[in-house]
Amino acid sequence: MSHDHDHHHDHDHDPDHPGEHGAPLSGPALRVKALESLLVEKGLVDPVALDQLIDRYETKVGPRNGARVVARAWTDPAFKRRLLDDTSSAMAEFGYTGRQGENMVVVENTPTIHNMVVCTLCSCYPWPVLGLPPVWYKSAPYRSRAVIDPRGVLREFGVELRDDVEVRVWDSTAELRYLVLPLRPAGTQGMSEEQLAEIVTRDSMIGTGVVNGLSAR
Amino acid sequence: MNGAHDLGGMHGFGPVDPEPDEPVFHHDWERRVFALNLASGFLGQWNIDMSRYAREQMPAAEYLATTYYEHWLFGLEHLLVKKGLVKPEEIEARVAELRRQRVGRPAAGS
Repeated sequence: MSHDHDHHHDHDHDPDHPGEHGAPLSGPALRVKALESLLVEKGLVDPVALDQLIDRYETKVGPRNGARVVARAWTDPAFKRRLLDDTSSAMAEFGYTGRQGENMVVVENTPTIHNMVVCTLCSCYPWPVLGLPPVWYKSAPYRSRAVIDPRGVLREFGVELRDDVEVRVWDSTAELRYLVLPLRPAGTQGMSEEQLAEIVTRDSMIGTGVVNGLSAR
Repeated sequence: MNGAHDLGGMHGFGPVDPEPDEPVFHHDWERRVFALNLASGFLGQWNIDMSRYAREQMPAAEYLATTYYEHWLFGLEHLLVKKGLVKPEEIEARVAELRRQRVGRPAAGS
């Protein structure tokens, strides 16, 4: 291994943003630049496609998609049944298909069952409805502990479940990617599907959060 | 198959540390290596399971000490070399070349 990584583990934006303002590139920034220039030069990748991929996953695909699905399931029982029976087909009604979402499964929270999703081996996650996973989802603490101490992990997210609530942890694979259908909070009967979609959080669809009608933003 | 990547049930990694209002990418190179992985995947030379397996070839101690997109960079290099699409010495030569260019440039402006 000849990587000369600079081990940045902080989440702050790098003030010496690699490649800008003539600052010397180092570590992964330098290697990625080298690899990109080689692949483009060899005609193996198209620079325009690279920019389109980045734009798609940075600005277009994200948890707002999943929130729309959840809000529809809360307001349309027939859709909810389809969603639980054949998730990928129901998602396709929204056009949420494709890469890293080929086979999705929705697991439903109930007053006595709380579902939580992890990928212990890496980072499998339903991209079409949640976008790219956050750093904590891909981190060693979450991947290691979600399966042996889910209640402890949930506490770190500020979620305290009653003792009589069963926690079910789903370990994702490349073949099966899970999305949690969170409980619809009380006091939201008068809200429209669009308004409901606004209060559904990303974490509630991973299962590390719950949708709180009172703190709805 | 176990290994440093097989983290389920391991002790000692400390608390989960969610970042409020986290950006999709934290550095520009993360954007680029993400897109390079996807675009290279379009070549049809490997599938998603091979991609993950390639990342798991990183030495265990290094895997645990590096970030997620550093794993992606390692895996991509591994696959490109294995498939004969890029030679390791080409990568090293380009890295050295870019390093020289950068060092030779003025420190600000550009």
